[in-house]
Order: sequence, then structure tokens, then C-alpha cells
Amino acid sequence: MTRSPDSRPTARPATPAPATLRQRLAELRGPGSAQRPLDARALAALAANPGCRRRVLLDGAGVDKSALARALGAPAAFGQSQFAITRGHSFEARAKADGGTELVRLLHEQLRDGAPAPAPGSVDVPDLTAGGPEGRTARTALALREASAAGRWALLDHPLLALPVAGAPAFLEPDAVVVHPDGTWTVVEIKSFPVIDGAADPGKVGAAARQAAVYVLALEELAARTGDGDPARVRHEILLVCPKDFANVPAAGLVDVRKPRATTRRQLARLARVEDIAAELPAGTTFDLCLADDGRTAGRPAEELAAAVEAVGAAYAPECLAACELAFHCRARARAEGAVAALGRGLRGELGGLTTVESVLAAALDRAPAGEEAGVPDPTVVALRRAAALRAEALDPPLTGIEAACR
Amino acid sequence: MSLITTLARMEAVRDGRAQPLTTVRHRHLAERPLVFVPLTTAGEAGAPLGALVGTDRERPRLLVVPQPRDRDLRSAFLAELAEEMLPYVEGFAGDVTLEERKETDPETGKKVTVQVELCAGAPQLLVPSAAGVSYVRLLGRSMRFRRTAEQDPDTPHPAPPRVPLLGRWLTHFGERARVPGSSLLLPMTELLGRHWATGQSNLEDQHLGALLAWIDPPEGLTGAEAALRAELARDAAGQLLHPPAGPATDPAFDNKLLAPAVTRHDAGLPGAAEELRALLETQLRPTWEAVWRGVDLLRALPEGERAGERWKRDRWSYTAHRDRVRAGEPPQPRRDDAVTAARKLAARETAQAQLEAQEALDDPLVMAGRRLAGEAFAGEVTEVVMEYTEAKVPRPRPLVTVRTDDGPYLAEGAKVHRVLPDGKAQPAEFVGPVPGDPGALTVRLTGGMGRGKVPEPGSVPEKGDRVCWTLFEHAPRGGPELPDPERTPWTHGGPPGEPAAELPDPVTAEDLL
Ligand code: SF4
Repeated sequence: MTRSPDSRPTARPATPAPATLRQRLAELRGPGSAQRPLDARALAALAANPGCRRRVLLDGAGVDKSALARALGAPAAFGQSQFAITRGHSFEARAKADGGTELVRLLHEQLRDGAPAPAPGSVDVPDLTAGGPEGRTARTALALREASAAGRWALLDHPLLALPVAGAPAFLEPDAVVVHPDGTWTVVEIKSFPVIDGAADPGKVGAAARQAAVYVLALEELAARTGDGDPARVRHEILLVCPKDFANVPAAGLVDVRKPRATTRRQLARLARVEDIAAELPAGTTFDLCLADDGRTAGRPAEELAAAVEAVGAAYAPECLAACELAFHCRARARAEGAVAALGRGLRGELGGLTTVESVLAAALDRAPAGEEAGVPDPTVVALRRAAALRAEALDPPLTGIEAACR
Repeated sequence: MSLITTLARMEAVRDGRAQPLTTVRHRHLAERPLVFVPLTTAGEAGAPLGALVGTDRERPRLLVVPQPRDRDLRSAFLAELAEEMLPYVEGFAGDVTLEERKETDPETGKKVTVQVELCAGAPQLLVPSAAGVSYVRLLGRSMRFRRTAEQDPDTPHPAPPRVPLLGRWLTHFGERARVPGSSLLLPMTELLGRHWATGQSNLEDQHLGALLAWIDPPEGLTGAEAALRAELARDAAGQLLHPPAGPATDPAFDNKLLAPAVTRHDAGLPGAAEELRALLETQLRPTWEAVWRGVDLLRALPEGERAGERWKRDRWSYTAHRDRVRAGEPPQPRRDDAVTAARKLAARETAQAQLEAQEALDDPLVMAGRRLAGEAFAGEVTEVVMEYTEAKVPRPRPLVTVRTDDGPYLAEGAKVHRVLPDGKAQPAEFVGPVPGDPGALTVRLTGGMGRGKVPEPGSVPEKGDRVCWTLFEHAPRGGPELPDPERTPWTHGGPPGEPAAELPDPVTAEDLL
């Protein structure tokens, strides 16, 4: 239920990028296209595939990847059913009812630390409205500082946090952050998948934890920069709130996000800097779609755009399908190149230096150039030949693909 | 993924169609399975939208919930579902055979042989994908604790009479589906994925339409092209030509077609209910056809020899649940007690080991994978030397040398096994490689030769025979026995005590189900 603040198309970086980089990124987007700020989901996806420079650049420059994918003729299949959206909103409203008391009560109940329960009306809900993302992040920072000093419970409803990623700013909007009377902070994630008999889909819980870990990182950043500069005030357990069984009643659980936090932090640090990637591009490269007046039809030929996209390296794996708007485009390229990674991320490791389907089959069927045969036999090739021979033996009769190819 | 599977996927890429991963079918397919294609409402747990269900490929029953948030309409859907499914599920309860089983006599504590009933057949539910299996489980959970007016006259929103019973059965199917190799409830994507390697990733194989496109591409298209069409092709109005296999619907369908139709239905416009039915049928029908096409493809494969043995265990499972229902036992608890949970886990582990062994023994292609992994070796017998034990009655302990290209991971004295002509397993011990003769391995037979000094005919291989030895047991047994629930140690929660009657889920104004 992350609302990305992209309804404010004039978004500008919170940490101002140097004018030249900002200008370069604007050129990459094309004149007139607003920068799309990164949200937590995009960040979690980035961290999941840190080797992809293409994504780092496009996200860092704030290019609208959905529109780009459409213009490339490979639109993403992401979309949300209005039924799910309605249900999500109604559940979030339900969880945040009573001026936040309900949510704080759920959190208090999970903590089991012997502290007194929050009395009704004892939860502050500071007003966070402000103009533009910069204004909102500043307002959030101020509210956090004030609430931490107040010694009371406070609920920050949809605060806005900034986190610089790969040299470009990202804006993050958690569902809520609770400030404890002792001045510590807890991230709250509200999801609409159910907890049935005390158990939820582990895949969905994991995704929620990864997303929340990004918020924790952003809060730690904020804590280090402001106030007493103590990132430890950010609790590493987040509160996950989901519907209980088949009801619309909220159930909550604490999820330790130290592991995803460490992973995400490491992966984000590994990201190549947008600046460096941009510097390597051929002069004049742009992802400008040259949109027509309808704001949808791209005026630039798909081949030209594809060439621009090809100018920066990708690392396609099937996992991209669930995480990146460009996936169908990158998949088509990976398949056209016969990349083994298109069949599964793990295969690259298994197959050593053989990166294409053709080279694997050639090696397996003993048609590799003789030159490579000299010297120490490559263990991957030996294993492949053995596998091919065993497979052929088991399938004979009937005539198999491998054998047919041998004749 | 084993290297053999990887290779098969690459061949599929090269040839533009899926390649076999097996030479036989490793799951039992019922003569008359029940196909169930459910759709659910996005964002709601357990709010069904519609389903196609039935055993007759030509005449499925279409069930529709015109307004998924309406409790009464949902109840009516479940009642119809029970009406369609229960006669099928219960239809196998009457035809039984008698089997002998060892049981502990409760009075004497001795093991005695008793005769028990085993149903001659069992129901088999086929759903499109793994998500369908989860949905069956969810439906079972949502129904089994509900109360009918007969059970509890005061219950608010009583369940239609047979709904809780269907909930118990679906829960049973869902639990059984967690046992490796079981076939009471099967997802078509997994069935096909077990038998064919496509030229796409495992992730993409979860799409039933794309998977079928690779296995059986239409004339003139490669598997890759056909799969792409199945995944992405949309009509002029932006609707997928091949709707997803559910239970989730395509968001574009929800937003552009379903939502307006539900609104018209809510407004009471004439014909709106019929319109909704037609709309949902367009989403369900292609998947229904796809599941049956999968059945056709699978039927063309001969069934593996030991698949029947596993199906027999499914029949036992069905019979046992039939007995629990007949005995008036309460529905399955929300959560298993410690011993039951441990027992189920152990049973699944055993079933997994058995499945792996049986599939390899039934299928040279699966065995090839085990050989590649160093878990089995096959070759020609080059020498047999008779030796005997030094006991009073000497027993044969012949040394058999096999020449093989395989590289098994064997230590001296390791146990190996092979199948005898009568189907029994013969044990042997690894002696060692023959010095100076690479690829020649010697094993000593340690059993399976009868009781006498002279081995029974056919029990010792001869020079020139092809044999296959496995490092894994052919009929692996489970670990140590677990205590009965009544004897659970206090460290594990103690005996379960009186089974507390599970209460139905509370109902609030905005609740679902
Ligand atoms: S789909 Fe393409 S751009 Fe997106 S992460 Fe994957 S490889 Fe990178």
C-alpha cells in the first residue's frame, strides 16, 4: 500500500545533485519529462538485482520505465485490480482508525515489555502536510524530532523520507512510523494479505520485510543526520499489520528486518553510481520518448529507443519478470542472444564460462572447436558431455534430440 | 536443476519445443478425475468469484458469485460447489477391498493381524497450478469450522448443510498434496513440468498456457512464439487472449470488464447476472480446456511401474479420512499439535526419499540423473568370482566386477542395491576399484540369493549382463517412531488433552465468510 508521491510531477531531488549531473539526467529523460522518484518497491527490486546497470541508470535518472517499455513494444504486465486497491485502502483506514490508538495498541501488545498500554487519546498524530517532496521530508524530519523529545506515543501517518541511492535521490513513504515514549521509532507496514491461523504466506512476508528494511535504512540515515545523531533509535523490528483470517480485523506481528536490512544496505552500496554509468554512454544518448500531445504515443521509433537501452548493460534473469517494467524487453534480448541466464539465474554459475545456449550445446555434443580441447579439460565441459551421453543413452530408443543432432 | 535437466531445457530452446524429462508418467492419473478451476476476488482472502468444476470435459458446471462481497451469494456458491464435488468425492467410499494390516491389540499389547477396508478407488482433483492447490486449502479452511443451522440453530449466517463437510474434504486434499508423490490433488503445471523441460525458466513454467505452448505448440509456431502469445497477446480492447489460469484474475479484466458488470448487477439491471456468468466463463473456459489438454498429453505416457504403489497410499489416505468422517470426528484442528506436526513432517520426508528412489527405478532417464550425481552406477559385468562365508553352513558371497563410465561416490564397505528380476532389491557391499583397470568396480553380493549354499537361479548376475547399482535404498523407511499423541513428552507440549472443540470464525459486520 505504498503511495508513491508521483502525483507531484515537479519533484526535485532532496539532496541536490550537481548541476551537471542533474542536467545530464534531465537530458536522458528528455525535455519535459518529469523525474520519477524511486519508491521502496523499486529500491527493493534494485537491491535484488544490483548487477543491472541498465536499471540503476534508468531508475536513477527517474525515467518512466513503464512508458519506455510500452514505446519499445514490450509493455509490462503490472497493474492492480481496483478490487485489491479498494480493499487495501479500506483495510489501511481500518487499521489506522481511532486516531492511531488502535495501531499503537497493536504495537504495544506485541512488544510485551511491561510498559503501560497507551490510553485512548494519548497518541499524537502530527500534521505532515507540506508542499512538494522536499517540504514533506523536512516536515517529517521535524515531526520526528519533536515527537521523540515529547516522551509520548506518536503516529506519523504516511511520512516522507529521502534516501540517496547510487547518487540519485529516492523518496520513500512508509504506511506509518510510530514514535515510542522512549524516543525510539518503529516502521509500520500495512498489507492486505491475510494471516490465517497465525501464519501468512512466507513469500509475501519476506517481500514486506525487504520493503520495510528500506524504510529502516532511510530512518537510520535521518537519525544519523539530525537530532542526537543516533541511528539506534530506529528499531530493527517492524510492525507488520495484516487482516486476520477472513475478517477485516487487523492482526499484527513484529518482523525482524536486520537480515534484509544488511542485504539491502550491501546491495545498494554495490550499485554503480548513476553518474559513472551516465558518463560512459555515447554522447547524445537519450531515453526521450518524444511523446505526442496525448501524452502516451511515443514519437521516437522503437529501434532508436532500443539502441539507447542497449547502450547500457543489463543482467536479465527470470526474476526480473516480477520486479522490473522492462522485463519483457530484456527477456526478448536475452533470448535472442541465447543467454543461458534467461533459463534461470542459477545456471550461469553451473555452466562456468559458457554463457549461451549454443555454446553449451556445442560443448555437450562435442562440437567445440578443437583448440579448446587442448590442455586441461574444462570440468564443466566434461560434466556436460557426460550428462549428454547419459541422457542420450536413457532416451535410446527412441531417437532423441541429441542423437538426431549428432547424425 | 540437474545438468541433465539443464541440457534438456537447452535442447528445447534449440528445437523450439519441450523435451522429455522422463520416459514414463510418474503420477497416477485417475480414469475420471474431477477438474476444478477456481477464480478469486483480488485483494480478498477466500472470496471466490467463480469456478468451472466437473468430471465431464464437455459439460463443466459454471458457478458464479455475482457480488463477491455478498455473504449470501458466497454461501450459495459454496453450497453449489458442495453439490457438485461431494457426490464425486464420496462416490469412492463404498467400493472396498479387504487388506491385512498389523495392529497393536489394545488389551494384550501384542501385534495382531487384522483385516481392514481399503477403498478400491479414490477421488482425484486436478487444478491448473500450485496457486490452485493453495486455494483449495484456503477454501477448506474457510468452510470446515462453519456451522449449519442443524448443528447450531442460533448460529448467525448458518452454512448451507454440506458446506462444512466439503471444507473437511478440501482440507484433507490440501494436506495430502503436501506429501511428495501423492496424487489426490494435483496441479497441472507441476505435473507437466515434472515430465517435460521447456525452453523457458521454472518461473515461466508456472503459466499453464505458456507451458502447454512449449509442450504442444500449434502448427507453424515454435514453442517460444506460442508461449509468448499465451502470456501476452491481448485483443483490441486490451484483454488477454489467454486469461491467467487463476485463481487470480488479470487486473485489466477486473478493471475494464468485471467491475462495471458487478456495478450493473448491484444496480439490479436486467440481464446483469447473465452477463456476469458469460464474462467469467470467458476467463475460465480456456483454462478448463488447458487442464484437459494436459491430461491428454500425460495419458499418452505409460504409467511408471511404482506409481500404482503410491496411488495405493493415496487410497489408504482417502479411506482413513472417510473413516474419520464416518466416526463423527471433529474437523481438522486449526493447528496441529507437536506430535502430529512432527509425524507429518517425518512422513513427508520418507515419502520424498521413496519417491526419488521409485522414480529412478522406474525410469532410466531419471536414473541417468542419479548416475550423473554419483548416486548410482550402471555397466556390464566383466567378472564373477564365487566366494562363501566361513560359517558352519557357508553362504554365497560372490564378487561381481562391473565396468562403468559412471563415477559413483563410494567408500569401501558402502551399501549398494539393485533390482532383481522378481522386483526385490538385492544388497551388496562395495569392495573397491580394480587396481590398474580404470572404470572397473567390484562389489560383493550380501543377500537376495535365497537360503541355500547355492544361490537361487537369476540371483547372481553373469558375465556380460548389464546391471545398475544404486547407493540409495529402494524402499527407504522413515526415522525412529514417534510417540502416540497421548504420550507426547511435556517438553513438546504434553498430551493434547481433550480435543477442544474448535469454534467457528467470529463474524463481524464487515467480515468475509
Ligand atoms: S528487466 Fe532489464 S533493466 Fe530491468 S532489472 Fe532486469 S535486466 Fe535490468
